[in-house]
Amino acid sequence: MAATIEIAALPQRVGRVIRANPVIPLILLLFALVALLEGLQPGIFNERWVGNTIRFAIPLAMLAACQTLTMLTGGIDLSAGVVATISAFVVATLTPLVGGPSAIVLALVPAILMGLVNGFGVGICRVHPLIMTLGTGLIGTGCLQVYQRYVINTGSEIPGMFEWLGTGRTLGMPNALFLFVPFAILILWGLRRTGFGRLLYAMGANEKATRLSGVRSWQVLLALYTMSGLIAGLTGLLYVGIIRAPSLSLANSLMLPSVAAAVIGGTSIFGGRGSYSGTIVGALILTVLGTLLTLLQIPEGARRILFGAIILVVTALYVRITDQS
Amino acid sequence: MTEPSAARPVLDARGVAKRFGAVAALKDASLTIRAGEIVALMGANGAGKSTFVKILTGALRPDSGHIHLDGVDRRFASPAQARRSGIMPVYQEPSLIPDLDVRDNLRLVDVAAEPFRHWVRELGITDLRLDARIAQLPLATLRILDLALTLAKEPNVLMLDEMTAALPADLVERVLTVIRGQADSGRSVIYISHRFAEIARVCNRASVLRDGVTVGDFVIEPGIEEKIVELMLGGVPVRAELAGRRASSATPSQAPRVRVSSLSAGSKLADVSFDLHKGEVLGVVALEGQGQDELFDVLAGFRRAQSGTIDVDGQAASFAHPADAIARGLTLVPGDRKDALLMLRSVRENIALPLLARPAKWGAIAMREEAAKVADAVARLQIDMRAQGEVRRLSGGNQQKVTIGRWVAAGVETLLLFDPTRGIDVRTKHQIYPLLRELAAQGASILFYTSELGEIALACDRAIVIFGGKVVDIIEAEHATEQNLMRAAYGLTEKQRPGARP
Repeated sequence: MAATIEIAALPQRVGRVIRANPVIPLILLLFALVALLEGLQPGIFNERWVGNTIRFAIPLAMLAACQTLTMLTGGIDLSAGVVATISAFVVATLTPLVGGPSAIVLALVPAILMGLVNGFGVGICRVHPLIMTLGTGLIGTGCLQVYQRYVINTGSEIPGMFEWLGTGRTLGMPNALFLFVPFAILILWGLRRTGFGRLLYAMGANEKATRLSGVRSWQVLLALYTMSGLIAGLTGLLYVGIIRAPSLSLANSLMLPSVAAAVIGGTSIFGGRGSYSGTIVGALILTVLGTLLTLLQIPEGARRILFGAIILVVTALYVRITDQS
Repeated sequence: MTEPSAARPVLDARGVAKRFGAVAALKDASLTIRAGEIVALMGANGAGKSTFVKILTGALRPDSGHIHLDGVDRRFASPAQARRSGIMPVYQEPSLIPDLDVRDNLRLVDVAAEPFRHWVRELGITDLRLDARIAQLPLATLRILDLALTLAKEPNVLMLDEMTAALPADLVERVLTVIRGQADSGRSVIYISHRFAEIARVCNRASVLRDGVTVGDFVIEPGIEEKIVELMLGGVPVRAELAGRRASSATPSQAPRVRVSSLSAGSKLADVSFDLHKGEVLGVVALEGQGQDELFDVLAGFRRAQSGTIDVDGQAASFAHPADAIARGLTLVPGDRKDALLMLRSVRENIALPLLARPAKWGAIAMREEAAKVADAVARLQIDMRAQGEVRRLSGGNQQKVTIGRWVAAGVETLLLFDPTRGIDVRTKHQIYPLLRELAAQGASILFYTSELGEIALACDRAIVIFGGKVVDIIEAEHATEQNLMRAAYGLTEKQRPGARP
């Protein structure tokens, strides 16, 4: 009798552990993908490959931070990709004119500005975040095209610091970690141990209850979307350091994967649930998956179909495993 | 067994058990009901009532046990199947779709307008329009509509879950009359309620559940209440001593904590004035829709008054947002717990929420200080912390304690309680009353609206009675018998006649 209870209790205990630490199945999936990759092409798993994977996962994980933070409140930031592109383009075109440090500051100004506009629209005018950020993203793209006409002859240069972060290595690992590790720690700590972080979860869980408790939601949303803009701008600076070729659609290709990384990482698009640690693993999974599909040498169309299908399956399974309510 | 009627039972459930993982929600539940009977199903929160009801109505499948319907052993695969066999529940949550009007809702469930309208009128609602959108109707009306909808389908066994919980006294009367009529015409009713007065009036028998086991089945007779309560609680003393009862120094000479003058809002709150003193628990008695919702909304900063003034500690106050009201010490426990709680978050995060509301508190949380405040509130309210990880796993009574505990942790000055004991068990109620007295004794002021008139004498110093948007009477606790309160609530204290309702 005791034995049968123990056997019956084992899957339950596993279930409980997973629910308490929802990152575990994601990490297992990541390892499984890496093992599959190594099986397909023995020897690919080396220090150089790991470094490269991390290097390309970092801007994705940073942009996905914008999605994680806004999604916790039930929102989303679809302008993040455009903001990153703008900051990247501005910094590359202004560095030859005003020098690196000033260019960095000037590049972050439009990022913060767009965040503020998003926050104003979502928090004060109560426009749905999806529409608001889609709209500002479009406006931002238009502004960038106008801006491009004025700077067409200046040439481009990337500030030394971001070139070093984007391309350099220390002990085999990409220098981008010097930016990302403190950034990730700040976000992880902020979500758990600050009043602002708690309020993001609370607003997503029940906005009525936060209002009842005296929270003025517009204040939270204004701060949140401004912060999201700043993070997106910073991501753009790092990304242009990695790619070293500014364009008008530089970070746009990161946009949908950033949403996918947050969703795969267990953040609910309805708000109230999620973690940044999940998002980081989600970004790594997507990067490894990208390599895997490239390696399979299948046509681009099939590659995209497979990519989309895998994201859907993983997300559906993950929600099922972690939420047995 | 004790019924003289030899009729075969309509519904006979025996030895029903159900486990959820490691938790045995139901161990050995039984219920027998004959035609023409109303049987009360009773039990403290967590006794297994909800699980039992879900099994009887086909929403859950039992692990073991038998359910006989008209003598045939049945296992319902779905609520729809149970419905087809004539077992129809009316749950606490309104089942109508908010964005449709009444007529479309009727179409959805395939109920003709005529029997439905008949029952709506019968249940005391005379001014219902079929093109009214559900979202715009008050909760009490929705519950009546749900009941009317079910009655129109002519159930053999009607199952009512806390049917009268959100209803004002006049509608309760109608509901009781109607279900008695159902029984008299040979149908059966399972009546789940915490209210003894109603059970004593309409029920033939009461079946009591405790910890998943049916521990007793009584014929209702005078004096049975004490026995049932004792059985439900399993030996816990029922009448807790009310600490600090009227030890407060609520002397009228003192300046009031809150003075409300000629307040009006919306179409219902017409002209309400009263003083709420320091250390006082002031009851509010009103039938449904007399303006009490608007009064609490204005005081808590959820809506603006049209005219009138609020003075807090002698200074004029005007609230554009609940944060403004909280800044002046006015904090609300709303009628619906779901509006107040973060169901997916922990007890701790729920209680600490107001402490983090202002931007100045958005930085690093002082974890130790917070833990101490939360622990203090948990201890004072005796919150059961076994399922503290997610508030949704707590019982209704415990959830309500968390919403009150939030303001205890934040420091209570003026607590606005809107029907805080609705649908929670006797034991929790008797923990809440002494707590209110204790808070008052420590200097808090409490405004306490309740739909259960008996609570006024138990917890309040005075009560104001609101009728037609105006205060029509102020009754001291010693005179606050249910009859007095009821008469006043119907506006019968002054020259008004029953027909004078607007």
